[in-house]
Amino acid sequence: MSAGEHRTPGTPTPASPAVWCSHLRKRFRRHQAVHDVSLQVGRGEVVGLLGPNGAGKTTVIKMLLGLVRPDEGEVLLLGRPVDDPAARAGVGYLPELFRYQPWLTAAEVVALHARLSGASVPAAEQRDRLALVGLGERGDDRVGGFSKGMQQRLGLAVALVARPALVVLDEPTSALDPVGRADVRDVVLGLREQGTAVLLNSHLIGEVERVCDRVVILDGGRVAAAGTLAELLGQRRLRLELTGVGAAAERRLAAAGPVEREGGTWTVVLPADDDGALVPALVRDLAALGVAVHAVEPVRVSLEERLLGILRHPGAQPQHEEAQR
Amino acid sequence: MTHQLRSTGVIALLTLREAARRKVVLALAALTVLLLGLAGWGFWRLGAELTSGEARVAASQVLNLVLFGLSLIAALGTAFLTGPTVAGETESGAALAVLARPVRRSAYLLGKWLGLAVFGGVYVVVAAFALCLVVLWAVGYWPPDPVAGLLLLAGQTVVLLTLALLLSTAVSPMASGVVAVGLFGATWISGVVGGVGSALGNEGVARVGEVSRVVLPTDGLWRGAMHAFQDPSALAAMGASAEAFPFLSVSSPTPLYLLWSAVWVAMVLWVATTAFARKDL
Repeated sequence: MSAGEHRTPGTPTPASPAVWCSHLRKRFRRHQAVHDVSLQVGRGEVVGLLGPNGAGKTTVIKMLLGLVRPDEGEVLLLGRPVDDPAARAGVGYLPELFRYQPWLTAAEVVALHARLSGASVPAAEQRDRLALVGLGERGDDRVGGFSKGMQQRLGLAVALVARPALVVLDEPTSALDPVGRADVRDVVLGLREQGTAVLLNSHLIGEVERVCDRVVILDGGRVAAAGTLAELLGQRRLRLELTGVGAAAERRLAAAGPVEREGGTWTVVLPADDDGALVPALVRDLAALGVAVHAVEPVRVSLEERLLGILRHPGAQPQHEEAQR
Repeated sequence: MTHQLRSTGVIALLTLREAARRKVVLALAALTVLLLGLAGWGFWRLGAELTSGEARVAASQVLNLVLFGLSLIAALGTAFLTGPTVAGETESGAALAVLARPVRRSAYLLGKWLGLAVFGGVYVVVAAFALCLVVLWAVGYWPPDPVAGLLLLAGQTVVLLTLALLLSTAVSPMASGVVAVGLFGATWISGVVGGVGSALGNEGVARVGEVSRVVLPTDGLWRGAMHAFQDPSALAAMGASAEAFPFLSVSSPTPLYLLWSAVWVAMVLWVATTAFARKDL
């Protein structure tokens, strides 16, 4: 069926998000894998899905793609209900469990997926996809002889072959060496530049932090937190090494934000709405008050620290609006 | 809908390519050549030892016996190919990437079925035809209705692989092959038991064969194929006890039975696609 058929009322419009799901629930026998997950990925947006093992990330991804049927909830892919196969025409998917027909060559696997996607992709473009993931020379080799890392690279080429508007990558670097991980990062950044939406599930927080516009954190089958990196990492802190701090200087420090002191090291939690003028003003005032300023360094809260904070202290982090719609 | 039809075709061709590349074809060819060679030798001895009238009667029965061997090879081949290609692909995750494409699960499963049906059907027709040629060469016997016989043999293979396909949507690759071949064997035995029952005039025992033939039409089609391959004089020679003999058949299937077999295949396919559509991958 062509993209024009099967229009259901209200969909699809260019404005509809790449992924929209609402109140997904899934139970496997006695185990409630997903309790209540709502999330969305805007067009051209790169969203990271984070969470501990068993948080339900892969199940959520499979429900988004129609591979697992949710017990409750609704999914729209590129503006169409996921039950409609045409919804998946613009989607590329690299499963966590990546296996491709071992009796086919890499080029044949890519050609098969191009054909099944319904898009007409010239052979040269298919070869380009293989070259992009570093398999340019191995196109005519059987997949059965590939290492796991090479199969995962092939999976990435398969996900990209039909010029997708949305790419779903489930643990895309699990079998890759550091070079391979850097390649995947470049591919994701390339997709972002082209305006392709990406949903990235990865254990490698550093990777997510580098490439994602927004992060959704799942824990125990629920959205524990969601937001842009700036929102999640919102609190900025400043560490100062000072001597000669008098009472007036202490008051000045406290005026900047909550202060912690450890010997000569002072840490100030800066307000989120700082426009960049706060730190220079603080340093100037401290110097004017006769304080010797030895060092000033911004303390970056890493996504990892933030994630651990959220997972270990549930409830401390309010969910952001976007995740609940 | 055209994309779904095209996808079914793509999957069917892929399944055929899988059969070819997995060396199933090679294994089947080797087994078949072995069987044909042994059969040719046996028929040649038969032709040398017996008078031409006796040889025709004997050839009918032995032809059916060897055909049974062939249909068993086809049954084993397709049943054990069906398991890996459906249950194996869903278990290993190979189906995940394919089914995340704009392909309906029913289109995927029908493609698999079509590929396997073509593969199994072509194999059994080619191998059985080769056997008929061997028999013609060795004893000069040519079956009365080879076309009907070959088609019925192909039908039997399709029925069995449809059952294997249904099983493979529910159980593991190996189990689906084992259960399908087990049921095939059980139906055949029930058919033989039923034949003995009707030869003895025991209706209760005869009904065992009739019921099993309706539940799984492999045996009914197989008996029809035998009837098309055997020489009518063989039945006359055996008289009333022919029904009790497992490698002779006293009648060809009725049109109603053929219709039922087609309906059976359609029903089982429908159940298989429905079950597969609901499966969490």
